Amino acid sequence: MSTPYADTLIVMPALNEEEALPAIIREVQEKLPGIAVLVVDDGSVDRTAAVARREGALVLQLPFNLGVGGAMRAGFRFALANGFRNVVQVDADGQHDPADLPALLAELETADLVLGARFAGVGTYRVRGPRHWAMVVLSGVLSRLAKTTLTDTTSGFRASGRRAVELFARHYPAEYLGDTVESLVIAARAGCVIRQVPVAMRQRTAGTPSHNPFKSAIYLGRAGLALTISLLRPRVVISDEAVPL
Amino acid sequence: MNTASYIFGIVAAALTLVTVIELLRRRRLRERHIVWWLIFGLLVLVIAVFPSVLVWLAALVGIAIPINLVFFVSIIALFLVSLQQSAEATRLENKTRVLAEDVALLELRVRRLEERLERERSE
Repeated sequence: MSTPYADTLIVMPALNEEEALPAIIREVQEKLPGIAVLVVDDGSVDRTAAVARREGALVLQLPFNLGVGGAMRAGFRFALANGFRNVVQVDADGQHDPADLPALLAELETADLVLGARFAGVGTYRVRGPRHWAMVVLSGVLSRLAKTTLTDTTSGFRASGRRAVELFARHYPAEYLGDTVESLVIAARAGCVIRQVPVAMRQRTAGTPSHNPFKSAIYLGRAGLALTISLLRPRVVISDEAVPL
Repeated sequence: MNTASYIFGIVAAALTLVTVIELLRRRRLRERHIVWWLIFGLLVLVIAVFPSVLVWLAALVGIAIPINLVFFVSIIALFLVSLQQSAEATRLENKTRVLAEDVALLELRVRRLEERLERERSE
């Protein structure tokens, strides 16, 4: 427990990522020696869990697919039960650079939730069409709610501090887009301080992102619905005395 | 309405009600799921026995053709019951999700304990 990352847990939700996983775990261990890595195997049908164990990661093996939200909730619960103060979500497909993690953690000193934003001037990640409009609308509404400028609300690269971890271990939404949009709404309305840090996104080491315009339009609709529903739900409050799960 | 259709109505309503009660009796259905089916089953039986009740009710709410009241109430009833089942499915999904998380967390805990035990034994 002598590294600066002793109280930080990296959580990687992984679904059938046996190809990309070893490289990203090794990269994390190389760039951030001593940090704990928890791979949440979200009902994979390949050897994701076995590969992650071989690389020395902790593995939570969900009996069936719960989605990113469910996987992250399990990760937050693990962090809370095992005394980790911070949780950093990193994608298992290698699109997030572990080298950006210290910047996120530094910002976490004065914030509860830090997003790694892909469009804030660093890197070459671009989207167009309905997916772009969805992101603009989401950014506008969520920025106002969080009282800060958020340019990339659907980023899966995010660091949660103690208060956010406690909140999310109980209330992390498992629905579609809940892990990105609704979790921000819950955190902002619970009074968490939210910030963003610009990060570069890399090409996925395996698999391809979707650029089908029809799918993007559906995404726009579902994102709007997710946002509306999350705003209609009752506000969650963080209790300061720890309640056992 | 002739005698045959009158008896047919009563038999159908009674059969429905008996099925509901029998499922409840064998604990195949929980009572909170069955409340609506019981209420509507009883209502149908009353109307089958006393068709004039239907005519009177239809006139009361201003529906010219009494059978339309039957269709209207039936659709509302089916809608409410399916809504209740959606809510129930969501509730159960949430419960299984928590159980799945618990299983995964416990499995990891057991695995780490076993590893530690193995290490201590080999020392």
